[in-house]
Amino acid sequence: MTTETMFGRALKRREDPRLITGRGQYVDDIQIPGVQRIFFLRSPYAHAMITSIDTSAAEAHPGVMKVYTGKDLPAVPVPCGVNLPDSNQKTPPYFMIATDRVRHTGEIVAAVVASDIGTARDAAEKIVVEYDPLPVVVDAEKSVMDGAPQLYDGIDNNITFDWKLGGGDIDAAFAGAEVVIKQRLVNQRLIPNAMEPRAVAGRYDSATGDLTLWDTDQNPHIIRLLICMLTGIAENKLRVIAPDVGGGFGSKIFLYAEQLLVTTITKDLATPVKWVETRSENFQATTHGRDHVSYVEMAFMKSGKLCGLKVKTYANMGAFMTAFAPLVPTFLYGTLLSGVYDLPALRVETIGVLTNTMAVDAYRGAGRPEASYLLERVMDIAADELNIDPAEIRRMNFIKGEFPHMAVTGMNYDSGDYEGNLDKALAQFGYADWRAKQAEAKAKGRYLGIGLSCYIEACGIAPSKMVGMMGGGVGLWESGTIRVHPTGKVTAYTGAHSHGQGHETTFAQLISDTLGVPYDNVEIVHGDTNQVQFGMGTYGSRSLAVGGTALLKSAQKLVEKGKKIAAHLLEANAADIEYKDGSFSVKGSPDRSKAFGEVVLMAYLAHNYPADLEPGFEEQTFFDPTNFTFPEGTYMAIVEVDPETGTVTPLNFYCMDDCGNVLNPLIAEGQVHGGVAQGIGQALYENAVYDENGQLISGSMMDYAVPKITQLPSYTTEFAPVPSPSNPMGVKGIGEAGTIGSTAAIANAVMDALSSMNIRHIDLPLTSQNVWNAIQAAK
Amino acid sequence: MIPSAFEYATPATLNEAMAMLAADEDAKLLAGGHSLLPTMKLRLAAPTKLIDLRKIGELRGVSASGGGARIGAMTTYAEATASAALKGYAALIDATSIIGDTQVRNRGTIGGAMAHGDPAADLPAVMLALGATVNVIGSAGSRAIAIDDFFVGMLTTALEEGEIITSIDLPALAAGTSTAYVKFANPASGYAMVGVAASVTMSGGKVSACRIGLTGAGPSATRLEGVEQALTGSDGSEASIASAVANAGDGLDILGDIHAGEDYRRAMVSVYAKRAIVAAIARA
Repeated sequence: MTTETMFGRALKRREDPRLITGRGQYVDDIQIPGVQRIFFLRSPYAHAMITSIDTSAAEAHPGVMKVYTGKDLPAVPVPCGVNLPDSNQKTPPYFMIATDRVRHTGEIVAAVVASDIGTARDAAEKIVVEYDPLPVVVDAEKSVMDGAPQLYDGIDNNITFDWKLGGGDIDAAFAGAEVVIKQRLVNQRLIPNAMEPRAVAGRYDSATGDLTLWDTDQNPHIIRLLICMLTGIAENKLRVIAPDVGGGFGSKIFLYAEQLLVTTITKDLATPVKWVETRSENFQATTHGRDHVSYVEMAFMKSGKLCGLKVKTYANMGAFMTAFAPLVPTFLYGTLLSGVYDLPALRVETIGVLTNTMAVDAYRGAGRPEASYLLERVMDIAADELNIDPAEIRRMNFIKGEFPHMAVTGMNYDSGDYEGNLDKALAQFGYADWRAKQAEAKAKGRYLGIGLSCYIEACGIAPSKMVGMMGGGVGLWESGTIRVHPTGKVTAYTGAHSHGQGHETTFAQLISDTLGVPYDNVEIVHGDTNQVQFGMGTYGSRSLAVGGTALLKSAQKLVEKGKKIAAHLLEANAADIEYKDGSFSVKGSPDRSKAFGEVVLMAYLAHNYPADLEPGFEEQTFFDPTNFTFPEGTYMAIVEVDPETGTVTPLNFYCMDDCGNVLNPLIAEGQVHGGVAQGIGQALYENAVYDENGQLISGSMMDYAVPKITQLPSYTTEFAPVPSPSNPMGVKGIGEAGTIGSTAAIANAVMDALSSMNIRHIDLPLTSQNVWNAIQAAK
Repeated sequence: MIPSAFEYATPATLNEAMAMLAADEDAKLLAGGHSLLPTMKLRLAAPTKLIDLRKIGELRGVSASGGGARIGAMTTYAEATASAALKGYAALIDATSIIGDTQVRNRGTIGGAMAHGDPAADLPAVMLALGATVNVIGSAGSRAIAIDDFFVGMLTTALEEGEIITSIDLPALAAGTSTAYVKFANPASGYAMVGVAASVTMSGGKVSACRIGLTGAGPSATRLEGVEQALTGSDGSEASIASAVANAGDGLDILGDIHAGEDYRRAMVSVYAKRAIVAAIARA
């Protein structure tokens, strides 16, 4: 039996025939006999006291089983999973249903359980809630001012944490600098908009006490653990299944009130219930991303040499904090502010601010896009001011030499070749040619712009010890179990969770290689707490580097076990057995061999078997990485700006990614495409806007511009792998790179196009109107 | 996203539809539904009954008529785009070929869009530029409404209670006339933030007549009469067009939103008026 090497092959995803022909099983596809539907009545006010709630008419509505308000439920707050060290963090409570006060539009005020969703909504309209509106604040900088409306007693000036990170001698760095670039930067609020909105279905069996929850999430074991901790349900009585999940982008990591409510209600009523979020609810009540205002001071020598960086960021956290929220604008942001540069000194302070808006937490890239945008945008401002080509100012400051490299942030970069990556990008993507084309276009009155961005990110999240030092309440190892059946067919169980990543394909590829079995003989199981041992789920581009490594190690253990069995059968020493192409043989005597299938079968028969070896052919690994991985790359954007309208048209987008070794180039390329689309979305189109009353103005697809294919350029994606030493496959992660690196490239291209107009910077998003306004102001 | 309960009917004839409409004052006509259904899902509208006009044969189809064309009210955008009888009306095809997406163009209807009178819809600008006539039928009989009288205000048209649009007549284009529609689309919805349709008649090297329709910018579609007057008699050169549109937005009632505030939108009226006129003349 010979198997082809699968690592590096651009296999089409085996998930796709199922998903693109409508055979996917999402939570809303789960049919449960007798299921009741839940409609949540949500607050129309951003900040108000609830003076009374009358549910009597709703309860009398035909078809209604029960109406819940806050007083019907235990006042156990949903926990925030992070307590930042040395930050004076004060975490506001997050209750399932508001009791006496609401703090953002969309907060749940009541839950109606009825025979169908139309009836539930009809009944919800009969609930009479009286509100006494309070003053509202939606802007982080205004929220910290004296006299601003206060969201919580005991959280002064709405400051939920004040986090600082420093490295090097910042005062000396600035004292010795010749030029200091100062810039205020806005990184606007975004709405993740997974294609499948949130959905939860629950079924409680009162005879057995078993409760099953179907939940669209990225990490079912963590959801189960948190629910059990909060409700007292035994962990072996709760099964959480995250079936096919239609995207997450971070927004489905967290335990929300809704999952707890479905659990509580199905148990209370001993009736199956289901809640499926509407798109409007998804806009209002699923976590948002980004929302920073930063004050940046970047010190240089006139030569372009970087001396130091000071950043003060106001991070708008919304009205409460979900699981990872405090980590995102701190350890996932400040620690990346050295970028790919040899930065001598850094001082960053992040002030976490509560406002009357939806909670902000991880969104694809989570902190790292904010860091990358800030650094790469200001590098370009500096290049412009110092009259240095943007490529050259970067080259001059790259980290060069030996890896690992300890950055001033305390991050220990595992591997990279930043200058080599830039050089490859400039050469392959025709940087010089584009500069010539730009000059030709300019002569014809056309405004082309070329933008570079050299990003770095920390992926492969994360060494558990480091997560603990950051105040995180979890370990971020991953598990992988491989069960080889007596027939030699393989089922592998991973704690990573696929919601678009293609694990069923890629994990089968890597197991096929290591175990020497055909790819088609390997099935991947994930997303079910009753099948998978335990897992931390998928986010932070961690699946392959952490979860994949766990599977790899299990496969390696199986090969070692197979050698022992083969050695016994061949009357040789295990140390003399080698395994190749599905065959165990004695070194130097290839005719003395046992096929994989024979060895596996003997592991189950155990008739002729080593005395000191357990039967069976199954191995499990819990892998905890020793370091993050650090993907890096160069992105180059070409845009054209219409000076009459301010409209930016992205013409080309080039990516040179180092994500370490590439297991499946097709999937990796797809990840880059999707990530870049979201990064361009932030650069040009997307903007979550609350008005001063806390109403979400961009609360639908009519107003919130998720980019359409006609609004995006063609991509050219190349990979320039520098293998990571942090895991045996040398992989780094590619799930977030596109988002992290692309926003600044587009913004830099737009400013480059407008460079003759004396425009230094325009804040995101670079909509037609914002660009036009800047052009008018510069006239 | 969960509408109130409603009844649904598919009358086979116009008379049947009118009777249903007369019998229930909270009934609504369904002519594609891309505007109505979302408002129902958000419960901004809660009609008791939807009277779907799609099975009424007399409301469908496009025919040549007296040098012009008659478009049945239930003609979809896709059907209009493919219609041989409408080929000469380039501005109309510009619009019907870019409205929404393929699904919208296959279900959305020309009569439905006209009756809804959405201030950001594409067709009102086109119909104003082409000088269309809207044919309607109601309990008091049939009447024809000149397009200049049709758009009354925000989501309001000259349609009376119980009236149904049966067809839209496009007059024959005068010799030397060419038309175009250009839009500045909202990046989220695709609706026009500013959409301008131009119909320009050139005669002896001069603009002898023109009609310019504007949509998206204000509470309802309107003609840019100042631009029309300034352009008429000019030589149609880029300079004369630029001069004619220079103050195109002045005095207009302009709406603003997060994508395009009032000042910006007003400035874009000039830009898009120019682009529409240039595009029309380029087709001459």
